[in-house]
Amino acid sequence: MGYKAKFRVWRGEGGEGRLEDFTVEVNEGEVVLDVIHRLQATQAPDLAVRWNCKAGKCGSCSMEINGKPRLGCMTRMSTFEESETITVTPLRTFPVIKDLVTDVSFNYQKAREIPSFTPPADVKPGEYRMQQVDVERSQEFRKCIECFMCQNVCHVIRDHEENKPNFAGPRYLMRIAELDMHPYDVAERKESAQEEHGLGYCNITKCCTEVCPEHIKITDNALIPMKERVVDRKYDPLVWLGSKIFKRQR
Amino acid sequence: MERHEYDVVVIGAGGAGLRAAIEARQQGKRTAIVCKSLFGKAHTVMAEGGAAAAMGNVNPSDNWMVHFRDTMRGGKFLNNWRMAELHAKEAPDRVWELEAWGALFDRTKDGKISQRNFGGHEYPRLAHVGDRTGLELIRTLQQRVVALQQEDEKLHGDPEAYIKVFAECTITRLLKDGDAISGAFGYWRETGDFIVFDAPAVVLATGGIGKSYVVTSNSWEYTGDGHALALLAGAKLINMEFIQFHPTGMVWPPSVRGILVTESVRGDGGVLRNSEGRRFMFDYIPDVFKDKYATTEEEADRWYNDQANNRRPPELLPRDEVARAINAEVKAGRGSPQGGVFLDVSSRLPAAEIIKRLPSMHHQFKELADVDITKEPMQVGPTCHYIMGGVEVDADTGAASVPGLFAAGEVSGGMHGSNRLGGNSLSDLLVFGRRAGAGAAAYVDGLPKRPTVTGVEEAKAEALAPLERTGGENPYEVHHELQRTMNDLVGIIRKSEEISEALEVIEKLKERARNTASSGSRIYNPGWHLALDLRNMLLVSECVAKAALMREESRGGHTRDDFPGMSAEWRRKLLVCSAEPDGTSITVEERVQQSMRGDLISLFERSELEKYLTEEELAEYDAAVKES
Repeated sequence: MGYKAKFRVWRGEGGEGRLEDFTVEVNEGEVVLDVIHRLQATQAPDLAVRWNCKAGKCGSCSMEINGKPRLGCMTRMSTFEESETITVTPLRTFPVIKDLVTDVSFNYQKAREIPSFTPPADVKPGEYRMQQVDVERSQEFRKCIECFMCQNVCHVIRDHEENKPNFAGPRYLMRIAELDMHPYDVAERKESAQEEHGLGYCNITKCCTEVCPEHIKITDNALIPMKERVVDRKYDPLVWLGSKIFKRQR
Repeated sequence: MERHEYDVVVIGAGGAGLRAAIEARQQGKRTAIVCKSLFGKAHTVMAEGGAAAAMGNVNPSDNWMVHFRDTMRGGKFLNNWRMAELHAKEAPDRVWELEAWGALFDRTKDGKISQRNFGGHEYPRLAHVGDRTGLELIRTLQQRVVALQQEDEKLHGDPEAYIKVFAECTITRLLKDGDAISGAFGYWRETGDFIVFDAPAVVLATGGIGKSYVVTSNSWEYTGDGHALALLAGAKLINMEFIQFHPTGMVWPPSVRGILVTESVRGDGGVLRNSEGRRFMFDYIPDVFKDKYATTEEEADRWYNDQANNRRPPELLPRDEVARAINAEVKAGRGSPQGGVFLDVSSRLPAAEIIKRLPSMHHQFKELADVDITKEPMQVGPTCHYIMGGVEVDADTGAASVPGLFAAGEVSGGMHGSNRLGGNSLSDLLVFGRRAGAGAAAYVDGLPKRPTVTGVEEAKAEALAPLERTGGENPYEVHHELQRTMNDLVGIIRKSEEISEALEVIEKLKERARNTASSGSRIYNPGWHLALDLRNMLLVSECVAKAALMREESRGGHTRDDFPGMSAEWRRKLLVCSAEPDGTSITVEERVQQSMRGDLISLFERSELEKYLTEEELAEYDAAVKES
């Protein structure tokens, strides 16, 4: 049943910190977040960690466990050896506020840069008619719980602070794809994805897809199709000619 | 000290808070949203089943009157009927509006919003997205807030000119000017720095109180903040004795005990069995529901494909009935190995269909419990899920008795009576979130002058106290004892001696909570935050226990072992909680509930009302019917 686990947790605030060692009780069926909570209740009452639903639905408890971005609430202790030292650190791409809590405001800023859902002006609430098959593509992306682990792991910004202003990150490029695939959205999404939100930075290494706790196929289903649509628009001479002749509606 | 001036401050960023804030902003009010978590993480994301709205997309016989009747029945006629009426009438518009803001609900074959069956609803009524409807709702409202900010950026050059989110910020006191609200005081979780909002109107949308219980589906945020803030500001709470224990929470592994298994599992064909393999719900159909539920497995199974000619399976009885039945089976020794019962969908639907209809549940059990629900049954048991009680408000405007104070969603009381139907929560937040936002905006418009903020120094001293004490109580231990006490003594089944015992423990815990000490700095210090939350949890627990002790009957989310029957006399009475002026204890008073309006009560058959109403009220009914 229960055993004592060795935990190494990053502690610190104000730009300074270090890994601290703990020995802590673990019981059958527990997840990493349970152990962090036990540390709070018994050894480190001011240990900072974000969490909320504890069921993998809110995306609050993102952290790096043995160097991999994971949700603390969805990482079962039974996936580790009892003798293993488990190292828990904050998400690396975002500035640390304290301990395991990082400043994720970058993501909210990016969210605000993506133009919102834009339906045709003449469709009234209650009049929307869409087939299931047509909403399913966007529905997959709307499963996103905004844990920001894809943003954290994406190498375009993980170690390249300088790319942050020009790159929305997988979560928000996927948001653009979601809107572009929405049956009723009429806004231009393709050129701006490339020109303003940095779709071109993505070189489809699929790191985002690998860490997604919702198993959304971010690269295959959102980013690659979006890149293809951009290419169609940019280089298709017919589309180009059409846009010159019939001034596209905005 | 950081200080901001707003017209409307909304506390809480779940469905109700966001919908209220959107409304206030759409009416031109400068609006702040203050929330304890990050934007978009509120507990609403956990709602799975859907939003109940009588759109009639799947069964055209559905309409607001049927929905109204179902809601009143579910609440055992204790509901604030005006709220139930507004809710049933306005829910479809609120759902359609979400679609225009970008929500993508599952569709019917003709392209409309699909609707699913749920406990207590006569027709398929819940707009849904698989089993992650709450996430869709919160994301849509979040994105609507962003859309408004984008508009404001274009117009005013500042996205936050008219609506701003203060995330990871906790309000600890409402501030007043004389009798009226004048603002709110709180702290940033990140830095521990204090913040004052100067605002004539405050909308409480803080959700529930589940963290006073050990086994709960609620997250850490559910510490009854809004309930307590309202009490301390002089407002009243009603129906606090009614707590919904959701019948199906996970029971294993222990770390996720209490986490919800959506009712859609049952709506989509899942059945409850005990350790003997018996589908036991057939043994628990109460008299008031006898003619609406199937009495044989054959009829129940036919219902899934032919709802016109068969009665519903008893697994879809209202939540309180199912929770009590499971409790009784476990007590009788027919429970599952880990102390629940079996909920099986694996033998009822093909694996692919289960994954399509219940993707989150499949995922949740696979990842958290290592159980494949397409191959084996789940083990489930009751979990503290929702409080029907809350701030007493005016149905039309969401206004509490304190001028300038409004409330919507779970923190408000009345709408659901003694028991909430599944699916009525998401629609409740939309309907009354909007109404509270509009109510607050209208209140601000009608004010001759802005009130003045007072009481900041007192609020600051109160917030700092746990950090200034040394060698005091550990807040985690006090919290744990409160949770055990409420779970064991004021849980699903209650009796006089146990509730009295709980009240004695609460008195002692109040003393200990006043003496908690939190080590560490003010920066993101969860021990300190918990010490402050304890005041709220204890106040709310005292309301629950005192009201539970007074109500000598069993109804909905309040079951008294020593008073097992429903009483028509008690149905007319609301229990109203208020705090003593010094905020240290709670008094509870009885109040007679207003009789239902004639045109609404005439929607029911006399034979049904006879089960609930007093002779006097039935005479009123006869007169109303004669008139119409």
